Amino acid sequence: MKKLSTLHRLRAYVGRYRARLLLGALCVSLSNLAAIASPRFLKYAIDSLGGSISKEKLLAYSALIVVFAVLEGIFLFLMRKIMIGVSRYIEYDLRNDLFAHLLGLSRRYYQNHKTGDIMSRATNDMNAVRMLLGPGIMYSANTIVRMIVVLFFMLHIHVTLTLFALATIPIVSLAVRYFGAVIHKRFEKIQEAFSEISARVQENLAGIRVIKAFTQESSEIEQFKRLSQEYISQEYIHKNLGLIRVWGAFYPMLGALLGVGGVFVLWFGGREVMAGRITLGDFVAFNAYLGMLSWPMIALGWVINIIERGSASMGRINHIFDAQPEIKDDSVSVSPVPFILQDKSGSRSLPAGPVLSEIQGEIEFKNLSFAYNGTRVLRDINLRIPRGATYSIVGETGSGKSTLINLLARTYESTDGEILIDGLPIQKYPLRSLRSQMGYVPQETFLFSDTIRENIAFGVEEASQTAVHEAARLAQILPDVEGFPKRFETLIGERGITLSGGQQQRTAIARALIRNPRILILDDALSSVDTYTEERILTALKEIMRGRTSILISHRVSTVKFADQIIVLNQGSIVERGTHEELLDRGGYYAELYQKQLLEEELAGA
Amino acid sequence: MQHHEEEALGKAYDSHLMRRLLRYLAPYRIQVFLALLITAAASLLQVCGPYLTKIGIDRYIVTKNYEGLNKVALIYVSIIILGFLLGYIQTYIMQLTGQKIMYDLRLEIFTHLQRLPLAFFDRNPVGRLMTRVTTDVDVLNELFTAGVVTLLGDVLVLLGIVVIIFYLNFKLALVAMSVIPLIFLITVVFKIKARDSYRRVRTAIARINAFLQEHITGMSIVQLFNHERKSFAQFDEINRGHLTANLDSVMAYSVFFPAVQVVSALAIALIIWYGGGQVIERELSFGALVAFIQYSERFFRPIADLSEKYNILQSAMASSERIFKLLDFPIDIKQPEQPVRLKEIQGEIEFRHVWFAYNRLDPKKESAGPATGRALPALNPVTRESEWDWVLKDVSFKVNPGEAVAVVGHTGAGKTTLTSLLMRFYDIQKGEILLDGHDIRTLDLQQLRRSFGFVLQDVFLFSGTIASNIRLGTPGITEEAIYRAAQDVNLEEFVEELPNGYVEEVKERGSTLSTGQKQLIAFARALAHDPRNLILDEATSSVDTDTELKIRDAIARLMQGRTSIIIAHRLSTIQNADKIIVMHKGQIREIGTHQELLAQRGIYYKLYQLQYKDQELPLART
Repeated sequence: MKKLSTLHRLRAYVGRYRARLLLGALCVSLSNLAAIASPRFLKYAIDSLGGSISKEKLLAYSALIVVFAVLEGIFLFLMRKIMIGVSRYIEYDLRNDLFAHLLGLSRRYYQNHKTGDIMSRATNDMNAVRMLLGPGIMYSANTIVRMIVVLFFMLHIHVTLTLFALATIPIVSLAVRYFGAVIHKRFEKIQEAFSEISARVQENLAGIRVIKAFTQESSEIEQFKRLSQEYISQEYIHKNLGLIRVWGAFYPMLGALLGVGGVFVLWFGGREVMAGRITLGDFVAFNAYLGMLSWPMIALGWVINIIERGSASMGRINHIFDAQPEIKDDSVSVSPVPFILQDKSGSRSLPAGPVLSEIQGEIEFKNLSFAYNGTRVLRDINLRIPRGATYSIVGETGSGKSTLINLLARTYESTDGEILIDGLPIQKYPLRSLRSQMGYVPQETFLFSDTIRENIAFGVEEASQTAVHEAARLAQILPDVEGFPKRFETLIGERGITLSGGQQQRTAIARALIRNPRILILDDALSSVDTYTEERILTALKEIMRGRTSILISHRVSTVKFADQIIVLNQGSIVERGTHEELLDRGGYYAELYQKQLLEEELAGA
Repeated sequence: MQHHEEEALGKAYDSHLMRRLLRYLAPYRIQVFLALLITAAASLLQVCGPYLTKIGIDRYIVTKNYEGLNKVALIYVSIIILGFLLGYIQTYIMQLTGQKIMYDLRLEIFTHLQRLPLAFFDRNPVGRLMTRVTTDVDVLNELFTAGVVTLLGDVLVLLGIVVIIFYLNFKLALVAMSVIPLIFLITVVFKIKARDSYRRVRTAIARINAFLQEHITGMSIVQLFNHERKSFAQFDEINRGHLTANLDSVMAYSVFFPAVQVVSALAIALIIWYGGGQVIERELSFGALVAFIQYSERFFRPIADLSEKYNILQSAMASSERIFKLLDFPIDIKQPEQPVRLKEIQGEIEFRHVWFAYNRLDPKKESAGPATGRALPALNPVTRESEWDWVLKDVSFKVNPGEAVAVVGHTGAGKTTLTSLLMRFYDIQKGEILLDGHDIRTLDLQQLRRSFGFVLQDVFLFSGTIASNIRLGTPGITEEAIYRAAQDVNLEEFVEELPNGYVEEVKERGSTLSTGQKQLIAFARALAHDPRNLILDEATSSVDTDTELKIRDAIARLMQGRTSIIIAHRLSTIQNADKIIVMHKGQIREIGTHQELLAQRGIYYKLYQLQYKDQELPLART
C-alpha cells in the first residue's frame, strides 16, 4: 500500500500516455501469440517426419516459422519502441516539473538540503523511476502474458509433465526474491562504507594546496591506504565478500534450477513418449515452451528489483515535490509550480508575471524582529528609508545586516513586524515584481558558467549591447572585459577564464545595475576589490544612486561614510544612526570603529 | 553554454586501452588463469545438454529403454550440479579479484593525484576528480567481473556448439551457419547506431548534471533576478536534447533484439527444412535434429545479450580512457634527480629576472586545455615572449634572512602568484628563484616546502580535531608543541572554552568555526611546523576588529625570527615590514620602506592616499 501511495504521483504522468501504453500492451500480447506458433509448427513438422511427408510440406512449415518469427519481431519492436519511448517522455516531463518545482523553492530549503543530495534525487533516483516506468512495466507485462499463453499450451500437451517441468519455478522466483533482498541490503552497506572513502578523497582534493604546502602527500597516501584497506580487508571486503558469496551463487543457481526443469522434461516426457501418450513432436515443442519461459522467469526477479528500487526512488523524489515554497504570492493559487501554467494542449507556457507600476522606493521596517533556527537575529528594527536616500549599515559579523536585506528581498519571510515599500507591506506585491525593482549584489558572488555578457544581462528580459556595455562601464569591469580576447563573449568558469575575486564582484555589480533598479543593495560587495577600484566604483555609483534608494553594507568606513544615514547594528538591534559626522561626534560604536581603523594605522606607522 | 564533461568519442573497443587494462590483471594471473580454466570447463558442460537430449531420444526413447533414460537423466542432473558449482567458484574468484584490482587502481589514482602539480587542480574541479576515483573505477570493476571472463565463456560456448554441430552433421551445420553473415550485418549496423546515440546520451546527461548543479547552487540568484522562466527554458532545451538522444537509442535497441530473434527463427526453419529432409532420408536421427534445434537456440542467446555487454564495454572504455588520461598527466614538478639538501636553511630568498605565465596566449582558443588539462607549457625557445599571458614580468628582488617583506598592489598584480612560485607549486618559464643561493628547482622538494610556513587567505580545515588540524600528518609535532603554538597565536583562550578542548571535533571545512577562529588555527598550524620562512596571504576583510587585533598580534609572533613574505590588502598591516614591494601589472614597480616609498610619491603613495586621506582629514579637525 505504501508503495502505491509513493507511486501515486506518477498516475497523472502515465495517464497522459494511456493510449500509447495500451497500444504497447496490445503489441505485447500479439508478439507472444506469434511467438507461441513456432513450437506448434515444430511439433507438426517433427510428428509428420515419422510418417510420410513431402519436402514441400516441410518447406511450408519452415516458411511459417519464419513468417511468424517476423510477425513476432515486428510486434516486439513496436512494444519496445512504444513502451520504452513512453518512459522516456515521462522522464522528460517529470524532470522538467522537478526543475520547475526547484525554481520555486525558497532559500531555507536550499540551506537545509545539500546540493549533492538534491542532485542525486534529480539524477540517480530519476533514473531508477525511469527504469520502473520503462523496462519495469514492459517486462512485467511481457512475463505475465507469456506465462499465461505458454502455460495454456503446455497444459494442453500434458498436465503432469507441465507440473514436473515447472516444479522448480517457485524455487526460482523465491530464490530471486531472497537473493534480491540480501543483495539489496548488502549493497546498501557497501555503499555506506564506500561513501566514507569518498568523503576522504573529496576532502583531500579540496585541501590539496594545504597538503602540498605542508608536504603531507605521503601521510595522506598512507591514510587513504589504511582507510581503504580497513574497508577492503575488513569491513568493505568482508561486506563485499558476503555479497560476492551470495552473488556468485545467484546466476549459476538460476541456470541450474531451470536446467533441472529441462531434465525433468527429458526424463518424464521421454517416458511418456515411450508410453505413446505424447508424440515426439509434443516432446520437442514442450522443450521449446520451457525455453520460452526461462528468460521471463529470470527477468521477473530483476523486474521486482526494478520496481522496488523505482518506488523507493520515487519516494525520495516526492520529498522534493512535497516541499512547499515557503515564500509565495498571497493571492496566487497554491500551485506547486507557481510560475508555470499549463494550457489545455498539455504543453507548458509561462505567463508574463504581473508587472506592477513602478514603485517609488520608500522602505520602512516597522517593529521588525526575526528569529532563525531559534536564535534571535533581529530585534525590533524600526527604520524608514526615504525614497532616493542612501543608507549604510555597519556592524560586526552576525549582527544581522544581511538578514535585514534578505527579509527585504523576501528570501526569508519576516515573522514579527512589517516591511513596507511605499507604505504597502511587501507581501502585497507579487514576488516577481517586488524583486524586479531591486538590484542586489550579494556578499558571496555567484556567477554562471556562461559568457560575461549573459552574466551581466542575467536579470533582464532583453539587453542591448549598449546596456551591457554601460553597466560594465559603471561597475568598472569594462577595461577588464576589453582586455579579454573575446570581450563580452568570453566564457567564465571552467571552460573559459577564471575571474579574480574583484572582477567577479564587479561583474555582479554590473548585473545589478543593468536592471535599472529602484532599490540598489550592495551587501559587502566591495570586499574583494582593492581600495583604488573601490574608490572608482563608488564615484560611479554615486551618480547612479541619485534618485534611487540604496543600501550599502560594509566593514569599511571608506565605503559607508558618504551615506545619508549610517545605521549601526549590534546583535540584531539598531544601536546608532546618523551621518558620518554625527556618529563621530556621538563617540559610539561607529566612532570607535573609525578610531580603531585610524589607530591601527598609527600603530603600524610607528 | 554550460560546461560539461565532454564524453570522449572513443571506440567501443580500443586495443591499446584494453591491453593497458589487462596489465592490472597481471598480479592476479593465477586467479585469472584458474577462473578461465573453470570457465572453459563450465562452457564444455553447458554444451553437453542438447547432446544428452539427442542420446536420450535416439538411444532410449526411440528404443523404449526406460533404464537408459534414467541413466541419461541422472548424468544430465549431475552435469547441471557440477556446472552450478563451477559457475559459483568462477564468479567468486573473479569478483574477489575484481575487488583487489579496484583497490590497486584506486590507490594508484589517489597516489598520482597527490603528486600532480597544482596547475592540474586549477583546471579540474574536485567533483570530476572524485568521479575518477569512484564511478569510473566501479565501471571497470564491471568489465573485469562481468565482462572479460563471461565474454570468454560465451565465445567458448559458441565455439563448442559449432564444433558439436559440425560433428553431428556437417551439411546441416553448414546450412544452419549460413545465417551468420546476417548476424554480423545486424551487429555492425547496431554498433554504429548505438555508439552514436550512446555518446549523445552521455553528453546530454553530463549537461543536465552540470546545469542542475549550477542552478541549485545559485538558486537564490536565479530567484532574486527573476530568472526562473529563462532558466526553465534553458533546462527544457537541455532536457529535450536528452529525450531525443534517448529516443534514438531506443530505436537502435528496439531493432536489434527482434532482428536477432528473426535470424534465430530463420536458422531453426532452415534446420527443420533441410534437417527434416535428412531425417526422411535417414541421414539424420530424430535426436540429432532436436539437438540441432536446441543448439541453435543456445547459440543466439549470448548474441542477443551482446547489446548489454556492448554497453559495459563501451562505458568501460570511456572510463578507462579518462582514468588513463589522469594517470598520464605528467608530474612536471617533481624531485630533481640529484637534489641538493641544505644542512641549515638561512632563509635568504632571491628572485632573478623571473617571468611566469599560467597560460599561453592563443587567440583562436580561449579555453586553455582539454577537460583533463595539460601540463604548464614549458618555454620553447622558438616561441616569442608575446605569445604568453605573462603574470610576472622580469621580477627581481632579494630578501635577507630574517627580514619581513610586504607585497602590495592591486588585485591581479601577481602577488599570490609570487608566493606560489616560491613553494614550487608552479615552475617558472624564465629566470631563477633562489633559496640560500640555490635554484629552488635543484633543491629537495620536501625540504623546500617544509621550510615555508604557508597561510592562505581562505583557511582550509580538515574534518578531525583542532589538534589534528594543527599537526596534520607530521609525526614530529608533540602535544606540547601544539599547545605552545596555540598559546602563541591567541588560540588558547578559544580552545579552552570548548567542551573537548583540543580534541573538539572539527567538521568538514571547519563549518562550525568562525572565520577568525579558523584563521588562528591556520596560524597555529604554521607555527607548530616551525618553518624557517613564512608566507602569509592576509585575509582581513571579514573579521571583526577584536579578532583582527588578535590576528595582528599572532602575525607579529609568527614573523619573529623568520624570513617573511606577506601579501597585504591593507597598508596599515605591513608598514612595519623591513621592505615593501609594490607590484603593478606583473612587475615590481617600487621597493623600499614605508617612509622611502611615501617620499617617492609613486604608486605606493597613491595607494596610501586612497586608503587614508579621507580618514586623516577629520582627525586633523579634532
